[in-house]
Amino acid sequence: MRGLPPAAWAYVSGVVALAAVAIATTPLADLDPQTLAVLAALFLICDSAPAKLNVERARVSLSYAASLASVVLLGPDGAALVGVTAIVTGQRIFAPVKRLFNGAQFALSGYAAGMVFGALGGDRYRPGQAEWVEHVIGPFLGALVAFVTVNLLLMAGILLISRQAAWQELLRESGELVFGCLGYGMFGLLIAGLWDAVGPFAAVLVLLPLFIARWALAQTHAQQQAHTATLAALCQAVETKDYYTRGHSERVSRGSVMIAQEIGMRADRVAAIRYAGMLHDVGKLGVPTKVLQKTGPLTEEEFAAIQLHPMRGLEIVREIGFLDEALAGIMHHHERMNGRGYPMGLAGDEIPEFARVISVADAFDSMTSTRSYRAARTKEEAIEELRRGAGDHFDPVMVEAFLRALEREGWEPPQPVVLPDDDVVETTQQDHDDPSVPIRIAKA
Amino acid sequence: MSTSAQAGPSRRHGWQRFDSGPLAVVAVAGTLVVVAVATVTAGGLVQPQVAVIFGVLVAIGELFRMVMSGNREVAPIASAGALGYALLTTVGPERAGHPALQVVAVAAAGMFVGSLPHVAVGRSPRLDAMARRLLTIAVVALVFRPLASLKLEWEVLLCLMAVTLVASCFLEVCIAALIRAEAVRARFGIALRDEMNAKMALCAAVGATAMLIVVSTSVMGRAALLVFTAPILVTQFAFRRYAGIRATYLQTVRALSRVTEVGGYVEAGHSHRVSRLAVAMGRELGMAEEELLELEYAALMHDIGQLSLGDPIPGGATVLASPNEQRRIAELGAEVIKETGVLDRVAYIVRRQSDPYRATPAGAGTPDGNGAAVPSPQPPPPLASRIIKAANAYDDLVGESSDRDRGAAVLERLRLDSAVEYDPTVVEALARVVGRRRHG
Repeated sequence: MRGLPPAAWAYVSGVVALAAVAIATTPLADLDPQTLAVLAALFLICDSAPAKLNVERARVSLSYAASLASVVLLGPDGAALVGVTAIVTGQRIFAPVKRLFNGAQFALSGYAAGMVFGALGGDRYRPGQAEWVEHVIGPFLGALVAFVTVNLLLMAGILLISRQAAWQELLRESGELVFGCLGYGMFGLLIAGLWDAVGPFAAVLVLLPLFIARWALAQTHAQQQAHTATLAALCQAVETKDYYTRGHSERVSRGSVMIAQEIGMRADRVAAIRYAGMLHDVGKLGVPTKVLQKTGPLTEEEFAAIQLHPMRGLEIVREIGFLDEALAGIMHHHERMNGRGYPMGLAGDEIPEFARVISVADAFDSMTSTRSYRAARTKEEAIEELRRGAGDHFDPVMVEAFLRALEREGWEPPQPVVLPDDDVVETTQQDHDDPSVPIRIAKA
Repeated sequence: MSTSAQAGPSRRHGWQRFDSGPLAVVAVAGTLVVVAVATVTAGGLVQPQVAVIFGVLVAIGELFRMVMSGNREVAPIASAGALGYALLTTVGPERAGHPALQVVAVAAAGMFVGSLPHVAVGRSPRLDAMARRLLTIAVVALVFRPLASLKLEWEVLLCLMAVTLVASCFLEVCIAALIRAEAVRARFGIALRDEMNAKMALCAAVGATAMLIVVSTSVMGRAALLVFTAPILVTQFAFRRYAGIRATYLQTVRALSRVTEVGGYVEAGHSHRVSRLAVAMGRELGMAEEELLELEYAALMHDIGQLSLGDPIPGGATVLASPNEQRRIAELGAEVIKETGVLDRVAYIVRRQSDPYRATPAGAGTPDGNGAAVPSPQPPPPLASRIIKAANAYDDLVGESSDRDRGAAVLERLRLDSAVEYDPTVVEALARVVGRRRHG
């Protein structure tokens, strides 16, 4: 948080000041100290062990449940006090500003939720009260929505102002978060309802399912990471044979994701295209090395072998339980808009969307990489070439999307290739991905 | 003679799943359901509204049942709902007076209804898994219903519930282990340990949720169940994602292990045959499920190092390559796998796959000057590596052929090499697995 812009400082101070006012006006004497202590402890325990999600930066904090329970049991002031304990969270946050802001935003969320709960006529359970749940469910849902909204908005604010994220990203990420937040928030009502019957034991009873949910989330995250890492490593293994194409899969994957996000694909489709981009050339392994390394023009048969590689790739990855779309993307990434591509000769909209995306990223990376027969082209030259091919070879929509994303996020071209000194180096002499240097085919 | 060998391993699954154990479980559960339904029809439902709500909860749970690692079918929401019904003491101020058999009948009805959509889309229900779940619920109901009618203190009741739930968890794990031991031919003790490892978290979650259902229903009345469904569904969703990604992971490794085949480095189907053989041998030797999974990954990827070779080894059979070359392939493969950053143990298994079982006795004390020129004394290769070494050699030499004499000859050759090259116990396990396939 060192390079925080002045606007962000102002924002943080504002949020903290508001929270301070909310807490300073709290009549402490009205709050039951035992309830407050137990709920604050529950909040801290949950908040110190957040579950990582696939969404970067975000975590599902199960502390939501404690906050919402305090909304019902203690009202806005108590909820604000419970939220403020986030300052001493056990998470590994080192910057004091962050801790302060975190506590302040939880306090404000709790306070807002408490106000909404009260305004809608919600009340805590009184022993012997019949139909309490029916009576309180409406106000509680209102409070829950208020809590989640204020929480996400305050977080989004700091991320936007300190330029750590663009609002499209935030919108996408919060879409994924809201579902979990609302679901776990319901536990708050359970804690509140059980409080009078079993007391603090309610917190313990609720904690177990909460932590198992957290465990499952964390496991999912770990497995997903492992999956991606394994895929990347295996793709790298496929590439090792050729010094010039190392890292190609990884970069095509990144480029495809950039395009996919730019044209506003859903998150699960973006995840699928990430894998599809990585695996798009896996079938190249089925092309005999001597064809890839041939210097002169290729014979018809040899070119046919190259044209087959998307099919071989499909053959390998078909068993993976992917979205079908990813498979289509791998199979058709060499089709052209004018119908002259391979393997099927599809044209225009017949080409699956994934394939049109991958094709652009694929060509761009190939052109900006060094090849044995030419030096790497500059970004500008490659962009020029993409523009020239738009409509005929590439989908203009994808090209434009890619250029926009390129402008915003930049592109790290591969390092110049340094060949090892021994003479057994094998390199491809023609690149089937390179649109600017078409493969030469000998006329029979 | 060799025609009997055609039966192959794949055909074994269908009927052997219904060995005596599972059949008994299904029969007991079926009888119980018939008795319960008959009793309830004769006597009528006690508190029908509550029964319907819990029945719906069970049906929803069955609808969202899922398959966890190791092909285990679970339905956590259904189990938690039914257990909650079995443990129910009061609904709001009202006393819950339903008998144990009504619990069984309601759970069975819910399971039936929840299974209908699955059947409609062509997924046949797994009777043994459903019977197991139902039996667990029935036992809890039979034990706890009489207790629930006594007027006990809250604390005592909660303790009793916890004890009953832990016992029921153990019972379920035992039944599951029994079924699994027969299905995958593992020893009961090992199956039990695997089952415990796989189910512990889920059992705890289901038990705690069931208790929470009981407590909140008695405090807040029926509406508490509605409040419940939201977080439960979110949790279930998390579990499903977890199960899904685990399955995808294995599929990915399985699929990508074929790159060596497509690249012409090894014979078609080699990696899969080696991995099947290796897993069967590992089971025979009593490996736990976690180790088996690592063994499977390692076996699938054991030839991945060949990708880094310039030219494929003729025929792809590493067993015919020189020891140095074999070691190089193993090293290269381990490097690739290490890159993942998460499969270090698998990488180690692959690295050691080419090492002889008894390396020239490492360390000092051997007068054998030439052979003992090993610079650093290495620990003996892990069991998984020894298994892969033997399985790989067998498949390289036999391949897809189902010729009995050839298989026997290869086994004989491996036996001759054992004690130095191959681990004798591993070779014997291989012989048993191969022999069973032939007669199976």
